[in-house]
Amino acid sequence: MLDDKDRIFTNIYGWGDAMLAGARSRGDWDNTAAILARGHDAIIEEVKASGLRGRGGAGFPTGLKWSFMPKEVGARPHYLVVNADESEPGTCKDRDILRHEPHKLLEGCVVAGFAMRAQAAYIYIRGEFVNEAKVLQAAIDEAYEAGLLGKDAAGSGWPFDIYLHRGAGAYICGEETALLESLEGRKGQPRLKPPFPAGVGLYGSPTTINNVESIAVAPTILRRGGSWFAGLGKENNTGTKLFCISGHVNNPCNVEEEMGIPLRELLEKHAGGVRGGWNNLLAVIPGGSSTPLITREVCATMTMDFDALKEAGTGLGTAGIIVMDKSTDIVRAISRISYFYKHESCGQCTPCREGTGWMFRMMDRMVRGEAEAHEIDTLWEVTKQVEGHTICALGDAAAWPIQGLIRHFRPELERRIAARAAVVRAAE
Amino acid sequence: MPKLTVNGIEVEVEAGATVLQACEEAGFEIPRFCYHDRLSIAGNCRMCLVDMERAPKPIASCAMPAADGMAIDTQSERVKKAREGVMEFLLANHPLDCPICDQGGECDLQDQAMAFGGDASRYTENKRAVDEKHMGPLIKTVMTRCIHCTRCVRFATEVAGVPDLGAIGRGETMEITTYLEKTLASELSANVIDLCPVGALTSQPYAFVSRPWELNKVESVDVMDAQGSNIRIDARGGQVLRVLPRLNEVVNEEWISDKARYAIDGLRRQRLDQPYLRGSDGRLHPASWPEALEALRAAIKKARPAGMGAVIGDQLDAESIFAVKTLMDKLGSPHLDCRQDGAKLDGKRRASYLFNSTIAGIDEADALLIIGSNPRLEAPVMNARIRRRWLNSDIKIAHIGPEMDLTYPSEWLGEEAELLAGIADGSHPFAQLLQQAERPMLILGSGALRRADGAAILGKARQIAEQTGMTGKGWNGFNVLHNAASRVAGLDIGAVPSKGGMAVAEMLSAARAGSLKLLWLLGADELDLAGLEKCFTVYQGHHGDAGAHAADLVLPAAAWTEKNGLYVNFEGRVQQGLRAVFPPGEAREDWAIIRALAELLGVNLGFDSLDELRQMLCASHPQFAELDEITPAKWGKFGSTARLKGGVVEAGLTEFYMSCAISRASQTMAACRKAAGQPDAAQAAE
Repeated sequence: MLDDKDRIFTNIYGWGDAMLAGARSRGDWDNTAAILARGHDAIIEEVKASGLRGRGGAGFPTGLKWSFMPKEVGARPHYLVVNADESEPGTCKDRDILRHEPHKLLEGCVVAGFAMRAQAAYIYIRGEFVNEAKVLQAAIDEAYEAGLLGKDAAGSGWPFDIYLHRGAGAYICGEETALLESLEGRKGQPRLKPPFPAGVGLYGSPTTINNVESIAVAPTILRRGGSWFAGLGKENNTGTKLFCISGHVNNPCNVEEEMGIPLRELLEKHAGGVRGGWNNLLAVIPGGSSTPLITREVCATMTMDFDALKEAGTGLGTAGIIVMDKSTDIVRAISRISYFYKHESCGQCTPCREGTGWMFRMMDRMVRGEAEAHEIDTLWEVTKQVEGHTICALGDAAAWPIQGLIRHFRPELERRIAARAAVVRAAE
Repeated sequence: MPKLTVNGIEVEVEAGATVLQACEEAGFEIPRFCYHDRLSIAGNCRMCLVDMERAPKPIASCAMPAADGMAIDTQSERVKKAREGVMEFLLANHPLDCPICDQGGECDLQDQAMAFGGDASRYTENKRAVDEKHMGPLIKTVMTRCIHCTRCVRFATEVAGVPDLGAIGRGETMEITTYLEKTLASELSANVIDLCPVGALTSQPYAFVSRPWELNKVESVDVMDAQGSNIRIDARGGQVLRVLPRLNEVVNEEWISDKARYAIDGLRRQRLDQPYLRGSDGRLHPASWPEALEALRAAIKKARPAGMGAVIGDQLDAESIFAVKTLMDKLGSPHLDCRQDGAKLDGKRRASYLFNSTIAGIDEADALLIIGSNPRLEAPVMNARIRRRWLNSDIKIAHIGPEMDLTYPSEWLGEEAELLAGIADGSHPFAQLLQQAERPMLILGSGALRRADGAAILGKARQIAEQTGMTGKGWNGFNVLHNAASRVAGLDIGAVPSKGGMAVAEMLSAARAGSLKLLWLLGADELDLAGLEKCFTVYQGHHGDAGAHAADLVLPAAAWTEKNGLYVNFEGRVQQGLRAVFPPGEAREDWAIIRALAELLGVNLGFDSLDELRQMLCASHPQFAELDEITPAKWGKFGSTARLKGGVVEAGLTEFYMSCAISRASQTMAACRKAAGQPDAAQAAE
């Protein structure tokens, strides 16, 4: 279990003052200029050494990502874009950072921006986060006033500006290139890669897009050292992480914990355990709605980190843990997730546009058993036809939950189909 | 030059080429819907997925740049599965209404479903239905069939330069629309019909008319403007049913204007199908060919060579122009003119009336001055090329003439003719831009050349060209933009007044005064023909338009789709049009009418067939033997050094849809005009 002294987000529950005075008392903005004085590449090396992996879901090493930015600023400026479009069902960690720890994010922007030689950051915040946007804007304003942002950010001599941009409420705008499109004022549709944003990003300039949490932890890592962060968690899955526990637990919560903590320990220590006891657990979606579910047997020994979950055929994703006990209609639950992806597909590329609707409609029939047994295989194949064939990862995200369901609950699907068939026969 | 292997075959492609192009180079066809050579890459249909070595997922070959050492596999089981999968998704919500779909038989979706799809559909849910969209009188929409490839959106935004099309909604409910249900405000709008790979956008006037396999396809050249766009005429049973573009990289690429495509219904209306002779009651009465030709012979004898004049219309083929010229020369009449608009081009020096840079040369220009022309209306396809140049470079563009929207920003210098003097002497700021440019260009339109001081304007334009380095090694940026398909051929052949001859305007005033006894109009309708009572007026042409109304004798002739003929476009490129159908009724080809008349007059023209006529033409003007080629014209002195007269410079055309006898007879063009918010012709006449 994580010691309090190793916590990065000490005000994640909002018990203290979120604004500058409170943030300073927690150590934020403490001699930021000294961090910047180490130089661009030293910062990137330190982040690399920490082993920090992106907290947005894909788990790409953050330091490595930063190092993809050109080493010299060419004709076009560099940009840092912060993805605060947190919309993954089951995930609400960035929201708490935005409203309770905004200065961690802002300081992170200055540090990360400086490291990648950017002089401006855009924070793209989810449209529904109205109060969070207000808090963040207030934090930006007071940071400008205190000289922490602007022509001489935090007295470092490095000019840095932060712009807050509010989204209009589309899940797809959380995809990094769709976010750039939206930021540029166009329809939020993912771009083709290559070219990657580090080469051609926002307004055609080199750009790095990072999750809120990845950026917000950067200043602490640099203060306490990459080795401190690397010493927490497991190998290749280092540091601390905000876990969002929701669903059928006694005490749903956001909690910062070490990477690689056993799932059962996480649920029982921080969330008060599964409702009705561990044996009442049916399944857990471990990383936000797009990751395939795992059953109780798997959960018992599962540790919460990128690699272990990947091995189990699922993923850490955003660490939005959705717990479902035995009262859950699991087919209905996954069908609802399918509906979400059908609703949020941007419509640009064929497999996702047509596949999400098809998958949802089949899932919807599966809920009531209105299907033929062989259609389970059809559904499986359709998910396989979507997966890996789309421009962005939304197609995969729509396919995976259904694959998880079929993998672990095929008998339940067959039972419903048989039951329905029996009713129909009886009626005839 | 990256080298890569496709299915084990090594290919070398140009830098910047895509994997899809590399696969084609290696001889493997990649199915695609959204990808199009001339549009930006969207990568959204996912039909072109191929396997790349070391890639975890199949890649979209249309969007992936070819790189050295890549190993591509287009035949793997995974690729086959991916194609079948995408095909199944595309068909999931596509209606199975092929039997009532106009795209049937020439549908990418049909063809690729056969070649790359599975054998049956597993989709049993309800299909999506989408409301039709209004896109004007040319484009019929059946949006349920749309597969969201966005080719039409990209065409409208990129090529046509009108951001009228777009996609709204997302996911399954994404729809292609004109947002406000308005007509696509482009002269190139109907090209989206060709681009649409399915039956979502089809041709409104051609709806349910024919199936592609029933059509007789003939290659020809468009005469609605002077660009000479290459077209294919599809006909069935004596009727021209549709016109489609043909690929020609240096002329029209693969676009044509809406007028080229849709004025053809005018070929079925208002046609002259037998000779008419004005009787003593002042009305036109049907006559036989012998009667009609005899009347003309008698009138020519009565008028004597000095009392007769001939005007060449805007769509006449080169052979007929040559035949008229030969006849007039043999008769000894100097009054022949092919410049219906009164352009002050004497035809003496070829460089003075050609689009010397060529259309393809636009791709190199880095500064452009447009004088007295609206290329968007006068040569829309060429205008799209200027737009593309503007998109791909920082070409500086300015125009003198009325203010207009050319689909690209063009600095409006003003409309006074005197501006030319400022540019010629270098005092105008734009002159410096032209001077600094490496490949400067000017486009001189008929709005400037038809002015009374047209020759002086021509001279000033030459001076500008010389002062700003437009003419030099391997480059000639001096361009004249004609609106008449017959004009360059006419000037090449010398169909201009010879010594002592009268130009069009003089002929008309002489005819009104009675000193010109006979006026022979060969398809010439763009003239003010009022008050010609004192003159015996002959109209030889295909439509009952202005010329036929004013005529005392009407000789029915073939329209361009009804004869073999040569046309020279404004670049000086000689191209051949082939006959698609026969002329209606008693109508005859122009050269044959002239030949028959010569016989009656006892003049030997030296040919008895079109072949012989062509041989004569090529013998006296060798460039006509070089089909599809351009012979660069020699630079030299032309134009006058007289002072400019002042006043405003107009554009060559202010009206796109109805600019000739055929398009004026076209109901489709009338509908387009109305949709574009212009008053219909009848109202305008009142």
